[in-house]
Amino acid sequence: MAERPRLTGYRRPKGEVGIRNHVVILPVDDISNAAAEAVAKVVTGTLALPHGFGRLQFGEDLELTFRTLIGTGRNPNVAAVVVIGIEPNWTNRVVEGIASTGKPVAGFWIEGKGDLQTIADASRVAQQFVQDATEIQRTPVERGEIVMSIKCGESDTTTGLGSCPTVSQAVDRWVAAGGSVIFGETSELTGGEHLIADRCIDDACRIAFQKTYDDCIAVIEATGANLLGSQPTQGNISGGLTTIEEKALGNIAKTGTVPVVGVLKPAELLPKEPKGLYFMDTSSAAAECVTLMAAAGAVVHLFPTGQGNVIGNPIEPVIKVTANPKTVATMSEHVDVDVTGLLRFDYTLEQAGDKLMSVIDRTINGRFTAAEALGHREYTFTKLYISA
Amino acid sequence: MTSSKNGEKPQFLLHQDGDSVAVAVDDLMPGEVRGASIKEGTWYTMVINHEVPLGHKFAMVDLAEGDTLVKYGIPVGFMTGNAKKGDYIHTHNVRSARWQNARA
Repeated sequence: MAERPRLTGYRRPKGEVGIRNHVVILPVDDISNAAAEAVAKVVTGTLALPHGFGRLQFGEDLELTFRTLIGTGRNPNVAAVVVIGIEPNWTNRVVEGIASTGKPVAGFWIEGKGDLQTIADASRVAQQFVQDATEIQRTPVERGEIVMSIKCGESDTTTGLGSCPTVSQAVDRWVAAGGSVIFGETSELTGGEHLIADRCIDDACRIAFQKTYDDCIAVIEATGANLLGSQPTQGNISGGLTTIEEKALGNIAKTGTVPVVGVLKPAELLPKEPKGLYFMDTSSAAAECVTLMAAAGAVVHLFPTGQGNVIGNPIEPVIKVTANPKTVATMSEHVDVDVTGLLRFDYTLEQAGDKLMSVIDRTINGRFTAAEALGHREYTFTKLYISA
Repeated sequence: MTSSKNGEKPQFLLHQDGDSVAVAVDDLMPGEVRGASIKEGTWYTMVINHEVPLGHKFAMVDLAEGDTLVKYGIPVGFMTGNAKKGDYIHTHNVRSARWQNARA
């Protein structure tokens, strides 16, 4: 095997490793999006993350929004954060949640002074954060310090045959190197959930996994809805997938062979120990799922696709892998790793894994993914129920 | 993962021997086609009865209404109609066994 380039990243104050160096302008709620986006226009090198929620939520749904906001700010790909909300109370809760990382964070609220004064005040701080962040140097890092997440989308039968098994190679190699990996997509384990339960490292993990899965399916079944066209999606069906079971087995084919060491709530901060493969309770919708995984601390994402899902994330680079030759022919600008040769027996699965690892390493070291180059910054919150 | 010793490119793939369906890895027209199982590397010659686009499936054996469809060696649904060996298999003749409301 050829010698790999030295991996580099940004080491944050408490030791966590990021592979990007964003200065984020984070609105607490939908009505603060305009001010946050204005700051990002004024100060070069900042990134606003507008989203649709944050008002009148309550209970576990509100907690999930706080975990998502705080987790986004805490993510090691983020160097510093300016938080803007409509009022001080929830704004300060987000600021305090991020501050324990030791990274620069400041909060501003609009009530009492209006958008224009808030934009001016926040911009002065954002400018300082950017100038300081641009001085942070990349330093050598170990593979095991880099948290990876995985989720596939617009799957078809080629994902189960090629791109998911390729990602599986990376998962096993990551965990062997002492790293952690997060997978999710709760409903999309249906028909193969026993395979995941069997891989749980102990009874506590297995019971937690089974309860998470059962609770999710109970919500879906209580609707009485016909899910054909939603899960599997219309794209899945066009690509040849027929049932949820068939889709699930392709999905599970990307999770490697390592044990499942823990079960996370949506957007729950990944524990530092033990290292290994974690299951997170998530929707199977791409943008929601990657947003939750980034909030847990994942800094690089592997995304097998069949029919060509174009998703990206504002703070976590998303690497697309496909084994579908039609998708490579028609949507090549979205494809980071082409493993169509697997379906033609041109090379082995291990060689496809090598090819993927090379792209992961280059992405870690700073190469933009297709989604980054094309400006895909989907930042999408998961909503558990109605707002009050 | 298997690879072909003589450089032959498969026109369809099975995840493993014994699966009741195979996946076309090229747009296939009715007639004779060659393919292999990934797990064991067994080559098969089949005659398919319909056009099967890349990524879509055909039956490896005769299937009757109510039969379980097996892929990856695991049940992935059941037949809602009869299909002969080589027939096109999709939502028109298969349904999820788990989500009873999921139907075409």
